[in-house]
Amino acid sequence: MIDAPSSTWFTSSPHWNWLIVVYFILGALAGGVYFLSAMIDLTGRDRRLARLGYYMTLPLLLVIGGVLIVDLYRPDRFWHLFVEIHTLRPMFKWWVPMSVGAWSVLIFGFFSLLSCLAALFEHRDWRWRFPRRLRPPGVLGMLVTVPGAIMALVVTGYTGVMLSVLNRPVWSDTPLFGLLFLVSAVTMAAALLALVGRWIHGDSPVVAALNRIWIWLLLVQIVVWIALFVTLGPAVRGWLNVWGVVLAIGIAIGTVLPLLAARFRTARGIGGLPAAAVLVLAGGFMVRTAIVFVPEAIAP
Amino acid sequence: MAEPMGFFTDPTVCIGCKACEVACKQWNQLPALDEDRRTLSGDSYDNTRKLDGTHWRHVKFVEQFDEDRRDGRWTMLSDVCKHCVQAGCLEVCPTGAIIRTEFDTVVIQSDTCNGCKACLGACPFGVIDINPVSKTAQKCTLCYDRLQAGMEPACSQACPTDSIVFGPVRELKERAGRRVDQLHAAGEKRAVLYGADENMLGGLNAFFLLVDKPEVYGLPPDPKMPTRHLATGTLATMLGAFVVGLVSLFNFRDRRAGEASAPDRDQP
Repeated sequence: MIDAPSSTWFTSSPHWNWLIVVYFILGALAGGVYFLSAMIDLTGRDRRLARLGYYMTLPLLLVIGGVLIVDLYRPDRFWHLFVEIHTLRPMFKWWVPMSVGAWSVLIFGFFSLLSCLAALFEHRDWRWRFPRRLRPPGVLGMLVTVPGAIMALVVTGYTGVMLSVLNRPVWSDTPLFGLLFLVSAVTMAAALLALVGRWIHGDSPVVAALNRIWIWLLLVQIVVWIALFVTLGPAVRGWLNVWGVVLAIGIAIGTVLPLLAARFRTARGIGGLPAAAVLVLAGGFMVRTAIVFVPEAIAP
Repeated sequence: MAEPMGFFTDPTVCIGCKACEVACKQWNQLPALDEDRRTLSGDSYDNTRKLDGTHWRHVKFVEQFDEDRRDGRWTMLSDVCKHCVQAGCLEVCPTGAIIRTEFDTVVIQSDTCNGCKACLGACPFGVIDINPVSKTAQKCTLCYDRLQAGMEPACSQACPTDSIVFGPVRELKERAGRRVDQLHAAGEKRAVLYGADENMLGGLNAFFLLVDKPEVYGLPPDPKMPTRHLATGTLATMLGAFVVGLVSLFNFRDRRAGEASAPDRDQP
């Protein structure tokens, strides 16, 4: 403590565990998959892949909602995040990322439900046609999909901003975790959708676009990582433990190897991107795990 | 609003009797044991170890001895929630469980807290933790119930040496200034006040006199608000959203151009 590189070294643990890792991963995938599905819907023609994206998002959101509630020490009071218990007025603090996040997950869940219903009615060709209009094209579809996509990005990014305001070592020594989380969430989601898309109908233009997206975003991530380490300053010392090793491996297999695989494919004109997409997902998991647990390894 | 009330803690007269810890536990009905700590710490006479959900006062024992132990000193400091004027815990609480009282103190309402743990890390001093009985975040209330009844907090009332002094913060600062002058005159030039001025989180309503660097007492030399990165972090994230949107739009539009005449794959 005498030579602590940052005031954050004097704070206490919030006792985060694997539930938070699960939430960070599934939340990132849910938000990223919905965002990309919405983009496919808004710009493209592959309604089948977008539909699958909507189908994936809703169950993920149901799981993470449960995880968030179970993670509370008083799960029976989860609703205190939404209602001020003494006045019964809505409880919302725009300056508190956890409050913004709770509402975002709720609102995103609403839009995700509408998109999922629209996709289901279209898929099953059910007689009631109104729900189909909740998907683009069309004004109503735009009114659901565009705000839904925005809320999806909020869900992917607020977790990182939340880390930055929790005053713990490493987390709060840089303002860039929100940026990193958002970019990596969409990267992982693009890799996942590319895998699923390839499984459904082989190498199609939309799968190629998704592959290009995660490659581009991995390049963005490298820039973000450099900026993040620079802004950490002396607090970069916080990574000198086992979680720093996990982070390094996560970046190597989740960023460097997939980029090399993409370059190799371009040079030789052969496949290999599915394996690279799997690496992106595995690396994303390791990076988030390392970030969640790194303050715990720093002795108070 | 009543006048801001607080503590002035002077470790130079603390004898490490822990009467404050006991009085706090007794008045607030806090358990004497907790399940994680059934062994001695091995750290001087300090088996409380740290402030948490069931230890709202903690007498720190700081041993400063030479290698051969011929010369040295003991320093004891009764640590407590600082009741910051700019309180990090209050800033990050998403349920409104943490409030500022009419005495300018910071109190966690146990009936509102849902144990989200945001305040645990946010406190710059690591004061707050979960009480295993209530399963809510808890810390010193500066005996809010006693203050409302016109009584003195239990810890300061129990302190036999007036190492802990309770009163209006303005009067406490005057008293603390005089004590620093007294120590300086006596040759203890290292004596300084910690948290008495507004530069530290707007001022700490529970402030201290220190005769060594704050780190020696486990106190941060420059405690910071947890929300200091909120604006920049949010802006950076929005920039990321913009970049992600551009990358996605660029690639999907590119795909659409190449597929303009392709039949719709998903018409039922």
